[in-house]
Amino acid sequence: MTVLCLVELDGTGAADASLRALTFARDVAAPGGQLAAVVFGEAGALGGEAPAGETLAAYGVTDAYVMEPAQLAGYAPLAWARVLAGLAGQTGADAVLAAGTDRGSEVMAHLGALTGLPMAANCVSAARSGPGPDGAGTWQIVRQRWAGLLLEDAVLESSPALATVATDAVAPVPADAPAALTVHAHQPELADGDLAVRATESATRSGGVSLATARVVVGGGRGVGGPDGFAPLEELAALLGGVVGVSRVVTSEGWRPHKQQVGQTGTKITPELYLACGISGAIQHIAGCASAKHIVAVNSDAAAPILNHAEYAVIGDLHKVIPALVAAIKARGGSA
Amino acid sequence: MEILVCVKRVPQVGGKIVVTADGQEVDTRMAGFAMSPHEECAVEEAIQITERLGGAVSVLTLGPPDAAEQLREALALGAGRAVLLETDGREWGPIATAGEIAAEARRRADDGQGYDLLLLGNEAADTGDYQVGVRVAHALGWPCVTGIKGIEITDGTVRARREYRGAEELFEFGLPAVITVKEGINLPRYPSLPGRLRAKRAAIEAHQPQWRPDGLRKQALRVPETERKQATVLGNGEDAVPALLAVLDELGVLP
Repeated sequence: MTVLCLVELDGTGAADASLRALTFARDVAAPGGQLAAVVFGEAGALGGEAPAGETLAAYGVTDAYVMEPAQLAGYAPLAWARVLAGLAGQTGADAVLAAGTDRGSEVMAHLGALTGLPMAANCVSAARSGPGPDGAGTWQIVRQRWAGLLLEDAVLESSPALATVATDAVAPVPADAPAALTVHAHQPELADGDLAVRATESATRSGGVSLATARVVVGGGRGVGGPDGFAPLEELAALLGGVVGVSRVVTSEGWRPHKQQVGQTGTKITPELYLACGISGAIQHIAGCASAKHIVAVNSDAAAPILNHAEYAVIGDLHKVIPALVAAIKARGGSA
Repeated sequence: MEILVCVKRVPQVGGKIVVTADGQEVDTRMAGFAMSPHEECAVEEAIQITERLGGAVSVLTLGPPDAAEQLREALALGAGRAVLLETDGREWGPIATAGEIAAEARRRADDGQGYDLLLLGNEAADTGDYQVGVRVAHALGWPCVTGIKGIEITDGTVRARREYRGAEELFEFGLPAVITVKEGINLPRYPSLPGRLRAKRAAIEAHQPQWRPDGLRKQALRVPETERKQATVLGNGEDAVPALLAVLDELGVLP
């Protein structure tokens, strides 16, 4: 059986979330199945010698269907879904997958609506469990709810199965041996209106370290006390080459802009260190910071839930501890 | 500008999530309920749009009779009309939910007061299906974008913005349309006292749609097994700074 997987490109090749989705899709396709990728972009970037093409082969992709920009330029969610629907029919795929990214989720929602089939969002596992009553594919799946705070065991009856793969479901792992990759220049058949909604990307990229990829995040919560209390956290973050992240109460109160929010309704972070200051640790916040490698808490309340997620804690007032830490780091730098 | 905002009543979970003994739902005996966060912003956005361009905001929810509470929250903020698609407490899947929302939009159009814009949250906090808005748009044959963080409407044309890999994506399309928004598009206001009083007295239009299964059948919910940590306390207040510094040094994050 063929499993079809949408692969998103970033500036350098296949996006990390898509490599994870491919790893997941390869497990779904095995044994004896075919793993096919669908790519919107330059076929030249996939030519076999180019990095993205080599990567796809390394991940076990046997067929890559490429939509040249001349055929379909820019991101158009409905058009992308139309292409997936066409290729699912053409290849007889029994599953169509995409990473649970903004675009992956949106395109798969359109594919579900186009086909009238169910779509299982943010799966962490999927396995065929035999044909259903009317010959439809039957799948045993596990998917995330509450941004991963809960798991749902479910049965999906659908041919093909449509699903997004949670971005933290599996690590990106290449196949044991690379596949022989065939690149197909695909001619999409679009319907009227498929391009009615199409993105234009602005040239202005925000500079500096981004919250999602920062190596160090200094977090501030209700304990910061107000919009004027963040200066020491900013100073510490700058010293450590990191950025400030905040809890939802901080953005709801308007103390800091929403783009700094860590959590279920903000950004999921994956730093080496998350230093959570004055953050109690509501579960929606944990959903955003649980992938930090190390969590250290500074909190005046020794019973705060954040201490159940942190490795180390300092019990005390962040307004005293953080300036003292900043001074100590500066003094250390001076003596070194 | 006639706007319909679709909201969902979800449990307010605090320090931890507990599942009921039968594994079918979140245990809410100790929890309150609230509107799902992205949808609070959808309500605010709808009110701001009608403040700029005129028109009216309707709010809809599909849920148990108690979900009227969330409709009254929206009425208190400035919505003028509320529709409850009343369920018997069973969980509805995204296909059936979208079908009923589209049916409401068609009913309203048949009454000669069709909506120009439907606003939803990008995803519900609890089920996280990421698809109801898109399915509604397909049912109505309207354009749709998701995850939007900024909306401008001029002469029937929408300019909708969102973030993509640190840059900004812009979409332009005509009305009527379906847009799903994310928290951060605005800062929701608090209800005024007169608003609360008006909401308390307001009539709610109710329908009782028939539940039907989707092709995705829930078996059970469970809390993922994670290694439960108990932090090592390095000390109290400023006295703990040397120990904290040593930890940061060991993690290799010091300059």
